[in-house]
Amino acid sequence: MTEPQETYQTDAVIIGAGPTGLFSVFELGLNDIKCAVVDILDKPGGQCGELYPEKPIYDIPAVPMCTGAELTERLLEQIKPFAPTFHLGQMAESLIKLPEGKWRLTTDTGAVIESRLVVIAAGGGSFTPKRPPIKDIEQYEGKSVFYSVRKKDKFRGKNIVIAGGGDSALDWALNLQSIAKRITLVHRRDEFRAAPDSVGKMRALVAEGKMDLKIANFAEVKGEQGQVRSVTLVDDAKNAVDIPCDAILAFYGLTMKLGPVANFGIALQDNLIPVNTADFETSVPTVFAVGDINTYPGKMKLILSGFHEAALMAKKAFTYIHPDRRYRFQYTTSSSDIKGKLGVDKNVTQDHK
Amino acid sequence: MKVYLTDMEGKEHELEATEDWTLMEIIREGGVPILAQCGGSCACATCHVYVDPAWKSKLPEPNEEEVGMLDGAFDVTPDSRLACQIVFTKDLDGLRVKLATGSV
Ligand SMILES: Cc1cc2nc3c(=O)[nH]c(=O)nc-3n(C[C@H](O)[C@H](O)[C@H](O)COP(=O)(O)OP(=O)(O)OC[C@H]3O[C@@H](n4cnc5c(N)ncnc54)[C@H](O)[C@@H]3O)c2cc1C
Ligand code: FES
Repeated sequence: MTEPQETYQTDAVIIGAGPTGLFSVFELGLNDIKCAVVDILDKPGGQCGELYPEKPIYDIPAVPMCTGAELTERLLEQIKPFAPTFHLGQMAESLIKLPEGKWRLTTDTGAVIESRLVVIAAGGGSFTPKRPPIKDIEQYEGKSVFYSVRKKDKFRGKNIVIAGGGDSALDWALNLQSIAKRITLVHRRDEFRAAPDSVGKMRALVAEGKMDLKIANFAEVKGEQGQVRSVTLVDDAKNAVDIPCDAILAFYGLTMKLGPVANFGIALQDNLIPVNTADFETSVPTVFAVGDINTYPGKMKLILSGFHEAALMAKKAFTYIHPDRRYRFQYTTSSSDIKGKLGVDKNVTQDHK
Repeated sequence: MKVYLTDMEGKEHELEATEDWTLMEIIREGGVPILAQCGGSCACATCHVYVDPAWKSKLPEPNEEEVGMLDGAFDVTPDSRLACQIVFTKDLDGLRVKLATGSV
């Protein structure tokens, strides 16, 4: 872990910027609870943003159809008045209780967030790259086998094998082409699910002999002390070929793993967090779990379930953050208090001008 | 109706198959662990199986979505399929499949 950086103070820290985490910001905001949102992905949206941004969703109440990306955009628009802080590209790594009753959450980049409440909206878990099931691959990871590019310069003058057939593989093959010694793109079939423009550029480079393209599967990695020397590729006809290389970049997409949340000291059941359905609190008071990550009798892993859960969670959260105030049930339609928070009264008058 | 499934250890399981269920659901219901992380929405490739070549002609061709999703699987061969995209029919009684790496 890196050195701790700045410490952020807030009322509630939300782990996960999927639809449930985002809508939690709204419901908590209505109850005067400030939020910080952490996600390992570099953009909000959770599964909707990462797995199906272009696909249609038909079961959001009163929205006959919107795509995963559109749903995310609309949620971001909706929560704007509450100005949450986003801590993206970071894994929520540890959670400890401070003597004064606050929680301290630390991320893998060293950011520290202190809050009274924790809302776990971790969905199917934290998104992590799929690791090829190659023997001993762990010994090379982070040294000469990578699943993302943090510093381009690391690849200067190197022979690089890039695996995958999507946008990440294509983008990096093109991006590193000018600084690498040689790039070999490896994909299981001669078709790519990537921006047509990138595919065209890649094909042109291959035609000019400036890049290699191999249609095959990864079979083996050879090297020593974390340094790869070559990869063995096997095609559908079982022909094997060794490609010498200094680095491997593998882009097989992302998978979801529960990750560090498992060590937060909260009761788990089959990698899900049991909650009571009155307020979605976990086995640990002041820690809530909403959305796909929780379980209770009758649970359905749907976006609308997460939205409902967020509203009930926020009602209980209010009693922790504002113990001196009485919870008042209000409709957004008629409450001038809520309209004030959303800043919509002002807009109405502007529209009339 | 039956499905014969070989797991990662090479052990064969005889599973009870139901018409209109997906192969992924049949495997799950049969008690053999299969990741199938996205619950059958063709979005994860963690229900990757190899279909016995003798049975391949009985199955409808995979659609473009499925073929594309297989890009996110490992050790993909011409026999590779996503179990959540195979709907069981009477013609498939006796189907033989093998679990692939990344699906458990
Ligand atoms: C292909 C597909 C189609 C779907 N279609 C529909 C549909 O039509 N209707 C519907 O209602 N539902 C649909 N769903 C399900 C829906 O997407 C989920 O129910 C929803 O995304 C759950 O939202 P969430 O916010 O609880 O979790 P997620 O969307 O899973 O978001 C959780 C976020 O938390 C982050 N996270 C987890 N742990 C950590 C950590 N330790 N540190 C940092 N970040 C962390 C993850 O990276 C992730 O971004 C579909 C799902 C798929 C895959
Ligand atoms: S279960 Fe996810 S693709 Fe089949």
